[in-house]
Amino acid sequence: MRPQREFSKFPTMEEKQTIMRRSGLAAVAAIGTVSLLLAGCSKAEDDSTDGTKAAGANAATKDVVNASTQKGGTVTYEYSDVPDSFDPGNTYYAYMYNFSRLYARPLMTFKPAAGDKGNELVPDLAESAGVPSDGGKTWTYKLRSGLKYQDGTAITSKDVKYAVERSNFARDVLSLGPNYFQQFLDGGDKYKGPYKDKSAEGLASIQTPDDTTIVFKLNRAFQEFDYLVATPQTAPVPQAKDKGIDYVKNIVSSGSYQFQSYDEGKQVTLVRNKNWDAATDPLRKQYPDKIVVNLKVNAETIDQDVQAGNAIDLGGTGVQAATQADVVNNADKKASTDNTYGGRLVYLAINTKLKPFDNVECRKAVQYAIDKVSVQTAEGGPIRGDIATTVLPPDIPGYEKSDVYATDGNKGDVAKAKEHLTACGQTTINTNITARSDRPAEIDAATAIINSLKAAGINATMKQFPSGKYFTDYAGVPKWDADNNVGLMMMQWGSDWPSGYGFEQQILHGDAIGASGNTNLSQFDDKSVNELLEKAIGTEDKAARDAMYTEVDKKTMDAAALVPLTYFKVLLYRPANFTNLVSTAAFSGQYDYLNIGTTKK
Amino acid sequence: MTELSKTGAAVGEPSPSNAPTAFLEVRDLKVHFPTDDGLVKSVDGLSFQLEKGKTLSIVGESGSGKSVTSLAIMGLHRLGARGKNVQMSGEIWLDGKELVGADPDEVRKLRGHEMAMIFQDPLSAMHPYYKIGNQIVEAYRVHHDVSKKVARKRAIEMLDRVGIPEPGKRVDSYPHEFSGGMRQRAMIAMALVNNPELLIADEPTTALDVTVQAQILDLIRDLQKEFGSAVVLITHDLGVVAEIADEVLVMYGGRCVERGPVDEIFEQPQHPYTWGLLGSMPRIDRETSDRLIPVKGQPPSLINVPSGCAFHPRCPYADIPKGDVTRTVRPELQQVAGGHFSACHLSQEDRTRIWTEEIAPKL
Amino acid sequence: MISYILRRTFAAVILLLVVTAVTFAIFFLLPRFAGQTADQLAQQYIGKSPSAADIAAVKSNLGLDDPLYLQYWHFIKGIVSGATYDLGPTTVHCNAPCFGYSFKTHVEVWPQLTSRLPVTISLAAGAAVMWLVSGVAIGVISALKPGSFFDRSFMGVALAGVSLPMFFTGNLALLLFTYQWPIFGRTYVPFTENPAQWANTLFPAWCSLALLYSAIYARLTRSGMLETMNEDFIRTARAKGLRERKVVVRHGLRAALTPIITVFGMDLGLLLGGALITETVFSLHGVGEYAVQGIKDNDLPPILGVTLLAALFVVVANLLVDLLYAAADPRVRLS
Repeated sequence: MRPQREFSKFPTMEEKQTIMRRSGLAAVAAIGTVSLLLAGCSKAEDDSTDGTKAAGANAATKDVVNASTQKGGTVTYEYSDVPDSFDPGNTYYAYMYNFSRLYARPLMTFKPAAGDKGNELVPDLAESAGVPSDGGKTWTYKLRSGLKYQDGTAITSKDVKYAVERSNFARDVLSLGPNYFQQFLDGGDKYKGPYKDKSAEGLASIQTPDDTTIVFKLNRAFQEFDYLVATPQTAPVPQAKDKGIDYVKNIVSSGSYQFQSYDEGKQVTLVRNKNWDAATDPLRKQYPDKIVVNLKVNAETIDQDVQAGNAIDLGGTGVQAATQADVVNNADKKASTDNTYGGRLVYLAINTKLKPFDNVECRKAVQYAIDKVSVQTAEGGPIRGDIATTVLPPDIPGYEKSDVYATDGNKGDVAKAKEHLTACGQTTINTNITARSDRPAEIDAATAIINSLKAAGINATMKQFPSGKYFTDYAGVPKWDADNNVGLMMMQWGSDWPSGYGFEQQILHGDAIGASGNTNLSQFDDKSVNELLEKAIGTEDKAARDAMYTEVDKKTMDAAALVPLTYFKVLLYRPANFTNLVSTAAFSGQYDYLNIGTTKK
Repeated sequence: MTELSKTGAAVGEPSPSNAPTAFLEVRDLKVHFPTDDGLVKSVDGLSFQLEKGKTLSIVGESGSGKSVTSLAIMGLHRLGARGKNVQMSGEIWLDGKELVGADPDEVRKLRGHEMAMIFQDPLSAMHPYYKIGNQIVEAYRVHHDVSKKVARKRAIEMLDRVGIPEPGKRVDSYPHEFSGGMRQRAMIAMALVNNPELLIADEPTTALDVTVQAQILDLIRDLQKEFGSAVVLITHDLGVVAEIADEVLVMYGGRCVERGPVDEIFEQPQHPYTWGLLGSMPRIDRETSDRLIPVKGQPPSLINVPSGCAFHPRCPYADIPKGDVTRTVRPELQQVAGGHFSACHLSQEDRTRIWTEEIAPKL
Repeated sequence: MISYILRRTFAAVILLLVVTAVTFAIFFLLPRFAGQTADQLAQQYIGKSPSAADIAAVKSNLGLDDPLYLQYWHFIKGIVSGATYDLGPTTVHCNAPCFGYSFKTHVEVWPQLTSRLPVTISLAAGAAVMWLVSGVAIGVISALKPGSFFDRSFMGVALAGVSLPMFFTGNLALLLFTYQWPIFGRTYVPFTENPAQWANTLFPAWCSLALLYSAIYARLTRSGMLETMNEDFIRTARAKGLRERKVVVRHGLRAALTPIITVFGMDLGLLLGGALITETVFSLHGVGEYAVQGIKDNDLPPILGVTLLAALFVVVANLLVDLLYAAADPRVRLS
């Protein structure tokens, strides 16, 4: 059964990873201008009292910075908006996946390590990785022993089953998280969820033969199931304490910290969970006494607090434009930055179903025509992304360096473009290119592309739409694309889990094409690619799977279904006074929030 | 004589040579205002005397300098935003104290106490937010250190004295709750609450009905008799002058052109401008078919006062005196009879003849 | 007087009903005119991959299927007698006054308003005192010395204050006084908890807001004073022998201030509805921030709640201002 994805206004994973602070764009622009002027005059207060100087640019992408076992103090996080939810079963943001592990232990999680070493899965609630059987259609996990909630009651496998049931199958109550389990669990389309189905058995395809064993029965072979359970949706929830949408006000912690207070929209405070046992948890260390999250803090203020060493930016999408300009030109400050990949690709999708782009030669013309350097500049320069030449970004397993349509200095090659244009029987092409109106960088990139294409004889006119409707009403509606001669579409994509399948399936598989809310904008439907992806997900050996993902990448590029533009990067500022900072590819380059401590008392 | 007044000087002591002889004595008073268009000479060398118990009426057209004179006596020109710019010279002696060169705070202490003023429009002249009683109480307590209760009693007393019925109730009324006549009485009460020895009334009846006018004038006269104060009454209405004044001072162009006892001014006026004023006054004993005789022309600009005699451009007799004298030489006040002065280049014989033969028959 | 107040209160209630009706209409009718269906509206409240059943459930919870007047009626009823929302495993009892329940944030609107109002009041009241005192003082001095160096320079500063937008002055104040030279606090605490830190944190916000408004008040006071000091009753007051200071304050300022107080009442009333930009810049969790969040989320209940609150403040301010004016100026008759 193919995964249904009907997009609503609600942002997808990829949009969330570029959290645009949408507060009145004019105001933001003005704030930016002012701060730009003043940032030049300001000195960042260096409150660091521990005497360590900055560890050097990108230090946290290579290793843990300021490693320490010092306990005590309060770690403060700040966020400019409010998360979709703190309820582990009702969230879809990477930073919440990261942060919620403090109070909600999923079955598996990612190893706290730098760069793409952080993509490695390690067991968390489970004592070891899942054991597949039945060709990958059944997965068995054994929980560690001695696990307790914050109130001392024991955690059982039934609680994990309940967590999955409530988060995936009660969409009218908890609808903000992904629904992969609903798609892949056997009988998932029939189960009504624990609020409507009061039977003791619940969903039959999740079995709990004893208190520490849980078995998932899928409707297809899925060898990357460990990735799927590495989400907060598998963190245990005691059914007796579940209040549906109100559970978030009284979350029962299974992690190293528990809620002391929850002030909706304003602040959240966590304190040590006294019933957490280090013997059952090789990952967490419980260093700080208290963790505070301040919400709705002005984005510019957050940058100031981070530079002053007083807070960590929870969102982890990088500093504001004005701060970037300041920090990059200052050698001292640059030494405290981490510029990492975010596990996402910025690209231009070519509509393979629309004449004349249904002819591969015309698509190749587009590949050669584009001056990728101008696009990179429009997106914010090398700090915001490296020039891309493959579908998979470098921090996703399966990535292999290659450049099928190489041009001199990546500046495009008009002559070659014209050659291919002739080869597909055209001298000029008139078409439309779509972009999101509330993303200035995307508009600028599209403009750069239009200019590149013009030189080669391809005339593209820009059509802009708001992000909220981009997929539901316009670019993501194949019929609309056909009716409006949309041959090119600006796109960004990050996978829900760091594997080739997680990245490629939604944008390249023929089955992923939806009538609306479509993410396979190219409408790429290649039989060999489809078969490869399905074969890969059923292949047990990881190396073999990765090789297939690489193959899919190559085939896509050979078919020129999309033009990779940049591998997205974030620029984080590494605040002083915090310990154990490591930037992990598992959460799009964010710092791993599991064990951050503080040197301040 | 033309030097600017000295500020900060002590209250002027009379020296034997220039000791004032009258209760109120004004000597060569000049009040000039520098403006962007030029120097406005509102009062340009005015002198007169007034005894207690007597009423002097200052008459003239609008812009002749009447009000400026009264404000100068009160010392009100030096206050406010433009106070620093005023140029005042000459002497004003009030009961032996010289005011022009005096310390402003000393003059303030006299204001509302030894000398008081009532104004033309009592509605705008009283603060709309405060009750009448409180405003009178305030006037009293500035100069007497008494409790509010005592002052209030005094206020009620004054309201009664000026003829306001139910003074115990009306003391708590606001100015806009009075009729025009009652309001003016209340203002008089406020001016007289401290028994001033000099009362200046600037057009006190101009805003009132004719019937009320008479009452107010009666009141002023009664109070003057009772308190023995000197009264300066400023008006442009000769009817009022005839009713109440003992002496008349006619002003023109910031200068005094004629001065004397009221009877003499009315029966033997000795200045062409005075003739003109009398001629423009409607009288009941005239033939209605006869036309009024207005004074030709417009009042002079006080920035560019005509040279020589200020009235010469409008005077039908300006050519009679020999040569160019009316145009070039400023006439000085000369005595006509005891206490009667006139500033005119015509000879007394000529003036008497013209009055008796030409003007008087037509009135 | 009593009958006047009663009449005005009655008119106010009518006005507030109209305000709610208009807000409802804007929120629900406009998308309908743009072709959006109830399904699409409901979809905004759900996350990804909603099934038809999910949409139907949310629609019924929100009452989006009901005709507009019925939805409006439920809302009004809720204010008076409370409402109940069925959320599957839990049921939310929203006690009167129930201004609605936000399905986006899963909290009732009224408690949010009441918890955030003290923050907005702290911000507005503090700034108001500052701008009134400073504005009037500057205006009086300028009026007493028109054309002087003080007058010209302060009026120039006033012009700048009025022209600079809040997101400039606010951010500037924050950058300089909270970060560059850390004089002021960063975390808001309620007055009842720690008055010193409360004032310390709010101070830059007060100054930024006050700069914006005191300019207007300085100019108003200046022109009002200039006019008043030329009135006849000032001359009379001086003629009574009063000291100049008493003349300026008791007679001059008293009369000039009345129209200013009424403007002040209106400004304060409007500000209490939420100083949106100031709260956002200074990260203050007040009513304004709540409104911004509701607008961003396209979430009706918070928007409606804040709009009503703001309208209420304006109406009350209007009434108070009229009463104040009548109390100040005895010539004014309430009709």
